[in-house]
Amino acid sequence: MSLDTEVPAPPPVRAPVPEAEDRELRKRERAFAHRDKWWGYAFIAPAGLGLAVFYLWPVVQTLYYSFTEWGAFGGTTWIGTANYDTLLHDAEFWQALGNTLLYTGLVLLGIPLAMVLAVLLNLKGMRGTGVYRTLYFLPVVTMPAAVAVVWRWLYSGDVGILNQALDAVGIDGTYWVSDPDTVRFAVAAVGVWMTVGYNMILLLAGLQGIPQDYYEAAALDGAGRVRQFFSVTMPLLSPTLFFTTVLSVIQSLQVFDLIYLILGANTSVGVTNPAYGEGQTVVMLFFQKSFFDNQRGYGAAIVSVLFVLIMALTALQFRLQKKWVHYA
Amino acid sequence: MRRRSLLTAAAASAFAAGCSSSPGSSDSRHGRLTYGIWDVAQLPAMRRAAREFERTRPGVRVDVQLTPNGTYWTKLRTACTSGTAPDVFWMNGPNFGLYADAGQLLPLETEGGEAVLRPADYPADLVSLYRWNGVQYGAPKDFDTVGLWFNKELFDRAKVDYPDAGWTWQDLITNAQRLTDRRRGVHGIGVPVWAQENYYDSIAQAGGWVISEDRKRSGYRDPRTLEGLRLWVDMIHRYRAAPTLQQITDTDATQLFQSGRIAMVQDASYNAATYYADPELRAKVDVAPLARGRRRATVIHGLGNVVYARTPRPALARDFVRFLSGRRASQIQGKYGTAIPAFHGTQRAWVEGMPEFDLQVFLDAVDYAVPYPTSGNTAAWAHKEQQLLARAWSGDESLDGATTALAKAMDQLLDQEGRAGS
Repeated sequence: MSLDTEVPAPPPVRAPVPEAEDRELRKRERAFAHRDKWWGYAFIAPAGLGLAVFYLWPVVQTLYYSFTEWGAFGGTTWIGTANYDTLLHDAEFWQALGNTLLYTGLVLLGIPLAMVLAVLLNLKGMRGTGVYRTLYFLPVVTMPAAVAVVWRWLYSGDVGILNQALDAVGIDGTYWVSDPDTVRFAVAAVGVWMTVGYNMILLLAGLQGIPQDYYEAAALDGAGRVRQFFSVTMPLLSPTLFFTTVLSVIQSLQVFDLIYLILGANTSVGVTNPAYGEGQTVVMLFFQKSFFDNQRGYGAAIVSVLFVLIMALTALQFRLQKKWVHYA
Repeated sequence: MRRRSLLTAAAASAFAAGCSSSPGSSDSRHGRLTYGIWDVAQLPAMRRAAREFERTRPGVRVDVQLTPNGTYWTKLRTACTSGTAPDVFWMNGPNFGLYADAGQLLPLETEGGEAVLRPADYPADLVSLYRWNGVQYGAPKDFDTVGLWFNKELFDRAKVDYPDAGWTWQDLITNAQRLTDRRRGVHGIGVPVWAQENYYDSIAQAGGWVISEDRKRSGYRDPRTLEGLRLWVDMIHRYRAAPTLQQITDTDATQLFQSGRIAMVQDASYNAATYYADPELRAKVDVAPLARGRRRATVIHGLGNVVYARTPRPALARDFVRFLSGRRASQIQGKYGTAIPAFHGTQRAWVEGMPEFDLQVFLDAVDYAVPYPTSGNTAAWAHKEQQLLARAWSGDESLDGATTALAKAMDQLLDQEGRAGS
């Protein structure tokens, strides 16, 4: 039922031009692109410069210093791999590394927990989701120092609320953060508590990005709730899960202030907490060696190992993601 | 390597410049000085001393710069490296070796007309604390010794006589046991892993030693040293008269003492003002000399005033140190009551400022005091020491095991120091 067919055909986008002229035009376009490219660099220069000066250059320097003996006042002497030799035989370092890896593993257990919370908060007809979201997210925006001080009190053996609660049900509590047997789990619990909100928010965003149509289609095909979760939700959420995992690993391996303060290392208790060795993380050891023991070259070696470890673990995760992450 | 030689050359030339312009040259004795300190409680006294100095020196201004203890040393190290440290600043024993050895401090004359300090004016251990390879770098500012603080109320309740100069270790043990009242949650004595207040004293009382005189060997293999440590480990585990280390990790021993949960605690003189500030506590507690082991002993430590090697006004800075560690400024310090001045004969005001306490104990202790153990990098082994001894205190490791590991680690660190210094 076309009313008129007299609409003139649109003119060709570009009239045929002689070849020479065409070449000229392309050249000008390239020149523009070239100029634009430099503008691009100019715009990212401030950020890039900051990154180079405050992040990249220090990384290079730290690697260099890890091969030196670095006195308290700056003079460095090249000593080759001596710091790394010491590191290999330093039981304290291996214990700190073990503690850090265990902490990372335990904090990763918080991701399934965050997943459950996110799914619950995403349920239709769930009331008070705003309140819950806020409650779970609150620890994320609280300073780790404040979190540590409060938890130190909660965990206190004699006056802590945790032991009072346990006492009420007839369980004898312990000195959670000064007992070598419990300290790792006590700090990891706080670590989970602190990160679960952040992961939950990310996963919630991921969940809400999944189109409803898929569930409807799955329901029509006869898939139940559980089947829907594993066949629709999980694959479509896997990029978010991957992201939270990578981030959690990187952050947990670098954990410092939370544990440092929970152990009371900033107070007169200091390193005399009997659970200090079991609680100490790699970054805490680095801090101690570099800024208190005046062995900064050795401190540089410790963080260099951590740096390489984080890179390796992240690279490994990127490699493994091909097996389980599903990009829609 | 190249970097080091450059830096040391720069430091050396700065150092030489500092020296050449010292007494008698064109160096100005006017202008601005900065004075770095870390204790907020002593700020009023230090400001007052600075004002006094300004009054005698027209055209001179002194800025007292307070950096909290937690960041003082980190900041100072950085400032020394970049040449921006205060002209005059506080120093303590554990950190002194590091600064003196690295040429960060200016030598101070001890005799002649330009003498900054006369050693005879101070307890000998304090003067030697700030001497490095035969050169004096610091002038004693104040000192602290250790006393046995006790809670009179808890003693009265347990019907135990107050401690006195006659107490031996055995008295300390039996009375601590008698004062322990588990039903009330009270222990006889608090035994934190504190070096100055606890185990350095008991090691000396047992006739042991922490570090050899040449600062090359650890004393943690000597049976006498172990005897001094065993007193505290036994107090917790064998006599059960002290809270466990876990307990005092959760609640600091000082707090337990203040809240009447422990009857005795060994504490240094610098905490007298804190106890005195609380009127309730002031009425309840007092102090006695430390119990005697094989001999009577306490460790003595004190702060020093030092001059930064690269100060632009070395002569003025030395004048200021001469004033600060002299009689007049010491009297000001004593009057404010926050620290015992080191200058002989200026301590009365400190003792009389808190008449409810028997503070004479701390002054008498100077006669039988032993010097605080230090080396070129004290912090490195002192950290290991606390960490490893804590394992013995908590019972996670035997005392023999902990000290064997400690002696080995300490010797290794001292060996490193020796190599770095050469």
